[in-house]
Amino acid sequence: MIEIKNLSKTFQTSDGNVEALKNVTLTVADGDIYGIIGMSGAGKSTLVRCINMLERPTEGQVLIDGVDMGALSQKQLREMRRNITMIFQGFNLLMQRTCLKNICFPLELAGMKKADAKKRAMELLEIVGLPDKANAYPAQLSGGQQQRIAIARALATEPKVLLCDEATSALDPKTTHSILELIKDINRKLGITVIVITHQMSVVEEICSHVAILDGGAVVEEGAVSSVFSAPQSDAAKKLVFPEGFDAPVVERFADEYRVRVVFNGADAAGTPLIARMALEKGICANIMAASTKTISGKAYGNMLLGIAGDRNDLEAAMAYLTAVEDVVAEEVDD
Amino acid sequence: MYEKIFTPEAWQQAWEVVQSEFLMGLWETFYVTVVATFFAVLLGLPLGILLVVGEKGGVLPLPKAVLSTLNIVINLLRSVPFLILMIMAFPLARLIVGTTIGTVASIVPLVIAAFPFVARLVESSLREVNPNIIEAAQSMGASPMQIITKVMLPESVPSLISNVTIAITTVLSYSAMSGIIGGGGLGKIAINYGYYRYKYLIMLLAVVLLVVLVQIFQSIGTHLATKLDKRLKNR
Repeated sequence: MIEIKNLSKTFQTSDGNVEALKNVTLTVADGDIYGIIGMSGAGKSTLVRCINMLERPTEGQVLIDGVDMGALSQKQLREMRRNITMIFQGFNLLMQRTCLKNICFPLELAGMKKADAKKRAMELLEIVGLPDKANAYPAQLSGGQQQRIAIARALATEPKVLLCDEATSALDPKTTHSILELIKDINRKLGITVIVITHQMSVVEEICSHVAILDGGAVVEEGAVSSVFSAPQSDAAKKLVFPEGFDAPVVERFADEYRVRVVFNGADAAGTPLIARMALEKGICANIMAASTKTISGKAYGNMLLGIAGDRNDLEAAMAYLTAVEDVVAEEVDD
Repeated sequence: MYEKIFTPEAWQQAWEVVQSEFLMGLWETFYVTVVATFFAVLLGLPLGILLVVGEKGGVLPLPKAVLSTLNIVINLLRSVPFLILMIMAFPLARLIVGTTIGTVASIVPLVIAAFPFVARLVESSLREVNPNIIEAAQSMGASPMQIITKVMLPESVPSLISNVTIAITTVLSYSAMSGIIGGGGLGKIAINYGYYRYKYLIMLLAVVLLVVLVQIFQSIGTHLATKLDKRLKNR
């Protein structure tokens, strides 16, 4: 378990002090894939570097399985870091070493025998699906392949925690997907706790079970991905979940039309064309004036603004129909 | 001064000197250059490493006073003109090799002039190493010593070779200057015949040989640097 308690980090610059992190408290359970998301400059990278003490927090604690990271000696910290490895946006492979030797590198640091290290590295190349690239140099590989080698290198010392610092930000969508699949696979098979730092909502949606939203160095929202995404409370969360705008835009209202806001809180979106069925079954025609919805693991989240033509009875019928659906909330909007 | 250089008698004289002295001169120049560069690298490499790892936020931060002193000494040595440095190094040469005159004695001022230069070249090579790669190594639990020996130095090998090549060619041209204070080699031949006895053709031929030597060192250095650089694709 990773416990981050009241963590603050202040950088001293020539322009005065910059508070990168403000009183951050988070708990990550073993075996979880935990997302930390925020815009550029929100403090994500500083936060992840405080976990393995690459960056020393100004205040607060990081406990990993009860061990206070800040209280370790340099030597103990170096040994601890073999349990908490990291992958990066820029892959950061040693460019003058072959892929095999890159994977051997952390084992070499730990003092493992060359032959044993090589054997382990070959196994890891199999796991990440690049056994034929053992003797290739990083410069000869694509970005996705380089990240696979970096993942293999991070797994070499059999860590308990894998920190991913914008690991897919430099990759195209297809490669991103395959790398995320690999991370998910590793998490499932090896039970490694994964912390994912990203600015991409899609990454959190795809692999994370829990998420913390970081804004201006502080955690503004935290919880299960489904609950944070269905009802984002903070402005930062709303902006991330619905970049097009959470609040429905002002649309000119027709006479004799009622407005209804429909909120999806994880409704079963697959196979239920809700609005179309309402038209067929109840004969109520709804005009979709604005919609901002997302599908996360088969469930619909977000909201929709409907214009219902007709009289008060039609409105009531529509409200009744919509509210009857599980995880859907409907409310009349006045203006 | 150049109109009477290429007379038949001049060629005649020059040929005799070429036969009697050039081979020895070439060997002395080569030997002095290689030995002086070797010792300059021996001293300059660790200092160059210290300049990079010892700074604030470096891998192994040194006390500020130590780093400042190092920088000042290097700058001081680098700002003394070589001709004067040679004279100033007489006592040290006498202490180390027992004499101030001759080929071996000239190695001492050459090393003193070259090692601060090498330290700066090493510094610039090591600064080229991607700091993110160093951070990655730290995140894997590398100690400062491991970062130096397993990351910084291996990652900057191509650049180090290019820079050592620059050092060699610089030492070579300095070694020619040491002919003035009794150092041997092609420089001595050029100065003795060209400056003291107006035999310009001999001087020219010695210079041609020096140019050829520089070309050879440079070609080998460039070839090695590119051959060993694994960042270059399709090689």
